[in-house]
Amino acid sequence: MDRRTTVKWMLAASAAWPAWRAGLAAQTPPGAAPSQLPAAPGYGTDPDLVTPHKRGEFWPLTLSAAQRRLAAVLSDLIIPADEHSPSASAVGVADFIDEWVSAPYPTQQGDRPIVLQGFAWLDAEGARRLGKGFAALDAATQTAICDSICDATRAAPERRDAARFFALYRDLTAAAFYSSPAGRKDLGYIGNVPLTSFDGAPPELLKRLKLT
Amino acid sequence: MPFVTAKTRQRAYDVIVVGSGAAGGQTAYTLCMEGARVLMLEAGRRYTPAAETPMFQTPDMAPLGGANTPQKPFGFYDATVDGGWEVPGEPYVRTTEDHAGRFDWWRARMLGGRTNHWGRISLRNGPYDFKPKSRDGLGFDWPIGYEDVAPYYDKVELLIGVYGSNEGLENTPNSPPGCLLPPPKPIVSDYLIARSARRLGIPVIPGHRAVLTQALDHRSNPQRLHPGNAKAQEILAADMRSRAPCLWATPCGRGCSIRANYQSTTVHLPPALATGNLDIATDAMVYEVALGADGRADGVNFVDRTTGTHEHASARVVVLAASACESARILLNSKSPHFPDGLANSSGKVGRYIMDTVGSDVTGQVPLLESLPPLNEDGADGHQFYMPWWLYQEQLAGKLGFARGYHVEFSGGKRMPGPDTGKGLEWLTGGNYGAKFKQDVRRYYGSFVYFSGRGEMIPNERSYCEIDPGGVKDKWGIPVLRFHWQWSEHERRQAAHMQRTFGDIIEAMGGKPKKIETDGAKAIAPGGLIIHEVGGAIMGANPKASVTNGWCQTWDVPNLFITDGAVFPSNADKNPTLTIMAIAWRAADHILERLRRKEL
Ligand SMILES: Cc1cc2nc3c(=O)[nH]c(=O)nc-3n(C[C@H](O)[C@H](O)[C@H](O)COP(=O)(O)OP(=O)(O)OC[C@H]3O[C@@H](n4cnc5c(N)ncnc54)[C@H](O)[C@@H]3O)c2cc1C
Ligand code: SF4
Repeated sequence: MDRRTTVKWMLAASAAWPAWRAGLAAQTPPGAAPSQLPAAPGYGTDPDLVTPHKRGEFWPLTLSAAQRRLAAVLSDLIIPADEHSPSASAVGVADFIDEWVSAPYPTQQGDRPIVLQGFAWLDAEGARRLGKGFAALDAATQTAICDSICDATRAAPERRDAARFFALYRDLTAAAFYSSPAGRKDLGYIGNVPLTSFDGAPPELLKRLKLT
Repeated sequence: MPFVTAKTRQRAYDVIVVGSGAAGGQTAYTLCMEGARVLMLEAGRRYTPAAETPMFQTPDMAPLGGANTPQKPFGFYDATVDGGWEVPGEPYVRTTEDHAGRFDWWRARMLGGRTNHWGRISLRNGPYDFKPKSRDGLGFDWPIGYEDVAPYYDKVELLIGVYGSNEGLENTPNSPPGCLLPPPKPIVSDYLIARSARRLGIPVIPGHRAVLTQALDHRSNPQRLHPGNAKAQEILAADMRSRAPCLWATPCGRGCSIRANYQSTTVHLPPALATGNLDIATDAMVYEVALGADGRADGVNFVDRTTGTHEHASARVVVLAASACESARILLNSKSPHFPDGLANSSGKVGRYIMDTVGSDVTGQVPLLESLPPLNEDGADGHQFYMPWWLYQEQLAGKLGFARGYHVEFSGGKRMPGPDTGKGLEWLTGGNYGAKFKQDVRRYYGSFVYFSGRGEMIPNERSYCEIDPGGVKDKWGIPVLRFHWQWSEHERRQAAHMQRTFGDIIEAMGGKPKKIETDGAKAIAPGGLIIHEVGGAIMGANPKASVTNGWCQTWDVPNLFITDGAVFPSNADKNPTLTIMAIAWRAADHILERLRRKEL
């Protein structure tokens, strides 16, 4: 097995299948945006790999309109538009986040309460500062709040959970953005096209890097 | 009638082959091309790479960006069907969940088995690797040597297509002229890694992978492979012409619809089917070898997964090639008054000496590779170069504190971004976000290097499988395996050595390792994780201490053979599959000869 697959295993290792299913069976969803979801079958062990899939095709999306708005605002603070590429929300990151936290798998089920509680914390923090939900705040206040939780090693002790949420949310935003065509373009990825020959590293570049 | 059912299959065959992966595919190929009538029984479903492979699909087309889930543990687009660390309805049991003693068992339920998504790394064992006990007193020698297997390595390379080079390094054999295809050209990180490792005295040479960097020689290879057999030559030449060379794009783990890499389904089975000598029944879950009154195998019993009915198929010879542990399971479940502990188990060694590969990985980040211009570095999907084990003499002199070696697989470059891109960058970015974060992701993209040590484990008495004493059964009512696992100090020290070595290489590159774990017990990946499990029915020279002879023939039942990794008495650092195919070909040649002589 190669390194990429080992890493994937490591991520999945904590989530053994039987525990996962037992855990899902024992849910009691409280209210409109349950922090845990009822059991859903997922896409199965033999899904169609050839046809492109739409979000919501395998399990229902569950975020409320307000949560999706917040999801978009926050993802744009993390990945704003610049001269290279559009912002996260412009490439549908909120859909990705919704699909993620609604998915019936252990990693995503573990992330769901962190994301939902993080959203609630952001709104509470906005209310505390200016009496508004996070999405309705001015950019400067939004940034000030993010600054206080963006680095888990420097966050105040009472903000540790919020900082943990922010780190996760940054990862999910990046996952969504760099999985998209705009994200690939932003990084200058030019592969995934058939070639008749493979030339390896360009000689001029090797010379510049003093590797020849 | 190549794909058969309970109704359409014939009454009798020369040989039944159980399993359709590397071992079953190679066994059936060799037998059919040389005229034997074969029934292949495969537990998984029929699988058609030309229609089912997601070649150019991108992460945005997959749920969750294609991220791994328990249903697709290596990501949505990985070729595995109905498998992974768990197979629905087919549990297994382990004695502990602890890192140190757990064993994870990766399976697939599809035609072609795990060859549809394996890494395609195809290294020959060297002469030392067949005689490890003679060298250092540990483990077991094989009853055969490199010189016995070498002609079959040649054949497998000529058939499946393996790129690589001949470097003449110790215990790292050369291939004869014409066997290897040219290796792919290096990418930027390959140059830097090679320079840095060589400064530390570590060789860096082209890897060997079963990928067609150019078309196979359809004129000469069929003649070399099937001398004097015009029909086989013609079939194989036509088949080789229809395999396209690599497109230098698309991940091999998804499978390859143009047949540019080795999968049993794209390389072994098409020509074998073209002979008309191969019948394949998929959804056929074999649970025991049926024993005749004469003490010979008279066929196998299986469950038809589509109907749930129990069926019997007969043949003059039975070959188990269901993967190492599954073949051991079938033997252990084949109980009879004559063999109360399982078939071919008079030695008590069935299920014993399960080995995996020692694995330990390190990630590094390298400033010199930051912010490079756009580059297409897809190449042949990685592992274009590697480091063979280089400390044979130091080790033999007892200077290392562990007995066996490892090789290093590494990768880098601007691979297709996906759900892991930009993840966990805090160790480099200090947790920034916004415009700066976006710049940083661009800056660091392509600047990471990944090193994986892959080392030899010595067989031990505490790593084995048995029929679960708790009575767990799968959904077909077939008793399942329970795994026991333990590493020795040799493996733990080897893993720690890997970590230190990778740290040194990354530092020599001017880079920064993410984490170096010098406690071997923590550095070593759990058993089974590297998915190179072998052993469980080892070959040997002594019927009391082994299950088969050097021809993969069980000592107890003359017409019963095992051609998968179960027969390995040692597990060299070299990935096992090329050797599985070589010994399967050799065993099949032997079966053909004995069939011709009417000895089977
Ligand atoms: C992700 C990954 C990467 C890998 N990379 C490499 C690599 O780079 N190099 C390398 O050398 N090896 C690699 N391996 C290991 C390699 O895949 C195996 O060594 C090889 O496939 C073993 O061949 P096999 O025929 O014994 O088993 P398999 O390929 O597993 O085939 C066994 C077949 O038998 C069938 N079967 C099982 N039980 C029964 C039954 N009771 N009745 C009927 N049929 C049954 C299965 O469904 C399966 O189709 C990798 C494996 C994985 C998963
Ligand atoms: S890299 Fe080449 S061999 Fe591998 S899947 Fe793509 S085209 Fe096929």
